[in-house]
Amino acid sequence: MEKYSALKLIRHALGSNRKWPRAWRKAEPAARYDAVVVGGGGHGLATAYYLASRHGMRNIAVLEKGWIGSGNTGRNTTIVRSNYLWTEASLLYEKSLQLWEGLSRELNYNVMFSQRGVYNLGHTLQEMRDIERRVAANRLNGIDAEVVAAEQIKAAIPIINTSRHARYPILGASLQRRAGVARHDAVAWAFARAADALGVDIIEQCEVRGIDCQGGRVVGLQTSRGPIATGRVGLVAAGHASVVAAMAGLRLPLESHPLQAFVSEPLRPLLDTVVMSNAVHGYVSQSDKGELVIGAGIDAYNGYGQRGSFHTIEHAMQAMVELFPCFSRVRMLRLWGGIVDVSPDACPIIGTTPVRGLYLNCGWGTGGFKATPGSGWVLAHTMAHDAPHELNAPFGLDRFSTGALIDEHGAAAVAH
Amino acid sequence: MLLIECPWCGPRDESEFAYGGEADISRPIDPDALSDAEWADYLFMRSNRKGENREIWNHQHGCRRWFVVERDTVSYAIRATFPMDGEGRSP
Repeated sequence: MEKYSALKLIRHALGSNRKWPRAWRKAEPAARYDAVVVGGGGHGLATAYYLASRHGMRNIAVLEKGWIGSGNTGRNTTIVRSNYLWTEASLLYEKSLQLWEGLSRELNYNVMFSQRGVYNLGHTLQEMRDIERRVAANRLNGIDAEVVAAEQIKAAIPIINTSRHARYPILGASLQRRAGVARHDAVAWAFARAADALGVDIIEQCEVRGIDCQGGRVVGLQTSRGPIATGRVGLVAAGHASVVAAMAGLRLPLESHPLQAFVSEPLRPLLDTVVMSNAVHGYVSQSDKGELVIGAGIDAYNGYGQRGSFHTIEHAMQAMVELFPCFSRVRMLRLWGGIVDVSPDACPIIGTTPVRGLYLNCGWGTGGFKATPGSGWVLAHTMAHDAPHELNAPFGLDRFSTGALIDEHGAAAVAH
Repeated sequence: MLLIECPWCGPRDESEFAYGGEADISRPIDPDALSDAEWADYLFMRSNRKGENREIWNHQHGCRRWFVVERDTVSYAIRATFPMDGEGRSP
């Protein structure tokens, strides 16, 4: 792997940038691997990277039916934060945030992680009480969080509408200063490049069509590019988790919904932080190119079509104009949809399954991007040790029969 | 926006309806007789089909009745809608 540096940039620029090496090999599938990760998004690639770098497993592959990062990794609104209410969730997301803080350096790739802060607005007295409770819970778990008043929000974000006469007046917010945004494509490419350098085969255009099990354990996979023998399989196929798990006879507590997002035409810098609101239901940040990156809620129905309904878009735009009246004449340039696997308690499912050697990482719903490194970290541990890491132990599939759900729906700062 | 044909009110905009999830799930007659896994299967596990799907919708801002919709979850095309008792299909 060629190390990226300022010196290399200059050297390659002098050569008209014609001699940059491939960031990762175009691997052909081998007949046998020690472990296979199904799904080449950020989570799957992170899993492979940590399996190789932390657990010494080098004979492994990542199978991706399209190209890497083409699913939800490239379709989210790039927000990273860890201010969840419940201890189980906040520790998992905080581990991830800590990994984000060192990620560009570790992977020798600029993932453009920008800790510009996230404001979660409160519009009612009850919301402000919930915010105070969540901030207190965060602090007890060692996570930075503070409550800010409307005047402080206005001082930090002059374009926001804090009028008391707004339909949903802003009373205050929680602020996590270490939260922020990252460049989503770069995260997939960075993990792919680093995993590849450790010998991981990244196999694109390779769709898994069957999971072979014998005597209750995994023995291999049937793919569009032939059979692959392996004793350990991690399913990290967000959007299609139910479809892939069904190949091993598993039923999951998931429903796949479209989630839409948009970017505006590029504007001059006017928003240097991230603003989220549950009550008017929308979230926005400004990209380095100047586009407003906007997201809102899921479409109500199940859908695998990577697109949603227009009234959902309209609702998101209403929320934005309510918060930022100056956005009313901004034109939207692009619109897209991802498929999010929503679980009953809005928390992911990460762990072992009734099939030996088969591991799940799914159900991240609308909030998976922020967890990319942490998710890979705990799944790699789970696959290497055939037992969950302490951080993902509460997130097993068995919680739906024991009743130990982690009720983050609406309890977190999340715009679910 | 989907155009959904309510069996009683005819074609209406999706925004008049509420989605109710997978169809054909009945509450077990005797929950106490079930194991935890069976109860979890009823309560939480879903088929989450890709392609042809049977689901229930409620005409929330109309007649407020539940009905069954057969819809493709990839193309979103609605094949048929009919009342909950399953007797026949909408015209």
